[in-house]
Amino acid sequence: MKKRIKAADVRGWLFLLPSLLFLAAFFIYPMVDVLVYSFEEQFNFASQTYTGVGFYNFNYVLHDPYFVQALKNTFILVIITVPVSTCIAILIARCISSIKKLREFYQTIYFLPYVTNTLALGLVFMILFKKTAYSDGMINLLINAFGGQSVDFIDGPYWAKILVMSIYTIWVVLPFKILILTSAMASVNEDYYKAAKIDGTSSARIFFKITLPMISPMIFYLVITGFIGAFKAYSDEVALFGTDLNGAGMNTLVGYIYDMLYGDSGGYPSYASAAALILFTIIFTITCINLTVSSKKAVY
Amino acid sequence: MGKNKIGIKKILIYLILSIGAVIVLFPFYWMILTSVKDYGQYNAEYIPKLFTAHPTLQNYVDAFTTVSLGRYCVNTFVFTAITTILMIVVTTPAAFAFSRMKFKGRNLVFGLYLSLMMIPNELVVITNYVTITNMGMRNTFSGLILPSVTSVFYIYLLKENFETVPENLYRAAKVDGTSDFKYLTRVLVPICRPTVVTIIILKIIECWNLYVWPRLITDDSKYFLVSNGIQEIRENGFGRENIPAMMAAVAAISVPLLLLFLYFRKMIMEGVIRGGTKG
Amino acid sequence: MKIVLKNLTKVFEGRRKKDPDVTAVNNFNFEIPDGKLVALLGPSGCGKSTTLNLISGLEEPTSGQIFFDDEDVTNVPPENRGIGLVFQNYALYPHLTVLQNIIFPLQNLKGEERLSMDEMKRKAKDVAKLVQIEDLMDRRPKELSGGQQQRVAIARALIKNPRVLLLDEPLSNLDARLRLRTREEIRRIQRETGITTVFVTHDQEEAMSIADELILMENGVINQIGAPQSVYDEPANLFVAQFLGNPKINVLRGFVQNEKLIIRDEVFMEMKNTPDKDLFVAIRPEGFVIDENGTLTCNVRNIETTGRDTSIVATHDASLEETIRVIISSDEARGIEKGPIKFSYKENKMFLFELSGERILL
Repeated sequence: MKKRIKAADVRGWLFLLPSLLFLAAFFIYPMVDVLVYSFEEQFNFASQTYTGVGFYNFNYVLHDPYFVQALKNTFILVIITVPVSTCIAILIARCISSIKKLREFYQTIYFLPYVTNTLALGLVFMILFKKTAYSDGMINLLINAFGGQSVDFIDGPYWAKILVMSIYTIWVVLPFKILILTSAMASVNEDYYKAAKIDGTSSARIFFKITLPMISPMIFYLVITGFIGAFKAYSDEVALFGTDLNGAGMNTLVGYIYDMLYGDSGGYPSYASAAALILFTIIFTITCINLTVSSKKAVY
Repeated sequence: MGKNKIGIKKILIYLILSIGAVIVLFPFYWMILTSVKDYGQYNAEYIPKLFTAHPTLQNYVDAFTTVSLGRYCVNTFVFTAITTILMIVVTTPAAFAFSRMKFKGRNLVFGLYLSLMMIPNELVVITNYVTITNMGMRNTFSGLILPSVTSVFYIYLLKENFETVPENLYRAAKVDGTSDFKYLTRVLVPICRPTVVTIIILKIIECWNLYVWPRLITDDSKYFLVSNGIQEIRENGFGRENIPAMMAAVAAISVPLLLLFLYFRKMIMEGVIRGGTKG
Repeated sequence: MKIVLKNLTKVFEGRRKKDPDVTAVNNFNFEIPDGKLVALLGPSGCGKSTTLNLISGLEEPTSGQIFFDDEDVTNVPPENRGIGLVFQNYALYPHLTVLQNIIFPLQNLKGEERLSMDEMKRKAKDVAKLVQIEDLMDRRPKELSGGQQQRVAIARALIKNPRVLLLDEPLSNLDARLRLRTREEIRRIQRETGITTVFVTHDQEEAMSIADELILMENGVINQIGAPQSVYDEPANLFVAQFLGNPKINVLRGFVQNEKLIIRDEVFMEMKNTPDKDLFVAIRPEGFVIDENGTLTCNVRNIETTGRDTSIVATHDASLEETIRVIISSDEARGIEKGPIKFSYKENKMFLFELSGERILL
């Protein structure tokens, strides 16, 4: 009897083994390692030596103007895109839920950006917004048509670049949010609506007093994942502004980490690790704040 | 009177949806349109035209000849296929072990896996970069693939799905003398096919769009994936100003995924809902 | 083939350290004779399914042994025991057709035991004929009714010619009409094949009607073993008396004083050589006789006629339940009205129990 129990143990671990190996090598070990790196001062990648242990790396990173710029960009991006994209997604999802004809058609269209290579479509956006010698670009022509002045959104003033970045980010994150919210709205029990209609509730009131509270857990979920996603922004910016994000003044936190690791300023895994841990701390803190707020406010 | 109001509201809703749809679709249209415009004609248009009377495929020819776009596509295809297959091979047994098998330490390991879901990729990429570099696997497929294989989230998703299959089915199989492996491959996976297909598709999308890791680990264009290819094109391909050719390249790598999506539309959208709401 | 359980015990450890252990099966000793259909009967959570799982080998006993004939199978894995198992929810593979489901066990055989596809199909046809599902072979489980699914499950359990057939609440998911038919069907199949069969159920009527022998369990302990009618007629304790029979047996509190058994304020019967004590008097619904000289006075609250029988709902202060149910033939019941009524009792339908539940034999 004892023997069979042991065989079952062995079998269980055998089924786990492949995933354990991969996770240990590429998740668990790196996690520990990144901590070690971040405290090893002036680690030299070539000679594998370091001069001491301490907070120097964090200190360096926090005083690096590029990092401060990246931090600022990322925060602006988060603050603009998360609320705006969530509101637009609620509006579109509400519109989609309230129609019957062409519903699937619209759902499909709004989902398209989800399955595209964001780098590729980023290039398209760049072309649309870019001002060149040959042409002011599609968007500028639109602005001209309304009587505005042409702006170079890609190599021009800071606010213009932030604007393009935000617009593209929203365009990229919308499909997921619309899909999730549409499905959440569809799963609200019809009986609530019937009861409200019999009571003569106006449709706006139904939306704000029934639909929104019922799907509030999903909205909170989207806000949290939206925050996390926006903090990890990087490849969209590369598509719009090129790999030299520091030069363009449009770097993000993740971009800073990769640049530290490899690229133009490359080869400083210690600084990269310190920056990664700072990023992780920010994400973790904001997620915790979000969770406490949502658990207090959520209807469920 | 009341009816009229409802009618106006309906029109308004369709108007909003249609405007939104145009904004969503316009970049795609622009991409395709520019990609079939003649190079000279494009540069001559100070005000870009919204259609072209003389579409040309020359840009596509340029895109595939000037830059080894074909090679990047093949690379990405190979990378995606191997990574996805390995992912399934690694993920399903783990999900099965967590959902049905009873062994010492199971709950402890599962807790560990769950906590790994919170770790952002950015945190582990640094060491993985060093590991792969030290193992001399830069600019190899193994270097590209190995760290991209596992996803705890997919294990979790599958495990949840496996658990919805009644345990009596497992017991029945045991009594019939079915081995665990055969039960997994012949019973569990077929029953849970929608979820398995879902994670396969999600993984394919993920692989096709992967940019950061391949950028770190490859600098030899022989191993570039499409994302790196696009980056290369953006930086120095086509003398930087041949925008129609650039758009042709972009269209060429976007189309396979769009076709995949249109074909598996229902499944993908349901899968994303399931994956999204469970996470 | 007979099944013998010897000192069989199964203890489930508490989930966490501080949770108490649960003894699902406590020192079982019994023998299931060859070719018989035995029902394991008891309320839910009494350990009957655990017992079945122990016999099948899906669970391992904490101690004790299981024999199939003279072979000790305690450490033999389920697939080598030669058993067929049928579940409450049928456990059919939803993605396979009926035929594929039935031959699934055969496809697990390896080496010399392996049959050709034709042989498998032929065998499948035979069992399908036995359970009368020959024309459903290409359907999938979800296209079948509950009763049909159950037949497929039985066919799958039978295809390897098992030595023992185990049925775990096989009828609970069926509606009342189907349950009756499937019950007869199982009985027929068991008779035709002569396979030793263990049938787990919580439904006493089902168990009584189908089994050659009942094993009545409560809280991991066997209360009584015997043929259904004899268990009904001679319950070993109060639990068995209460569990068998529908409507339930009526139980009244009584006490012995000066060799007389008194219920409330009436002398119910003489009890010679018995010391003074409290006890329970249990009378089956059909054990009452309307009798002006009766020794039990109840208060009729309601009279329900079902045609052949009349059921009288009465109250009595000493009754454990709120009401007492009496079933008499409609002829006898003529002229009964609400209000006080006197009953005497049929001796073979009345049992006495200690407060501990033990039977007092007269």
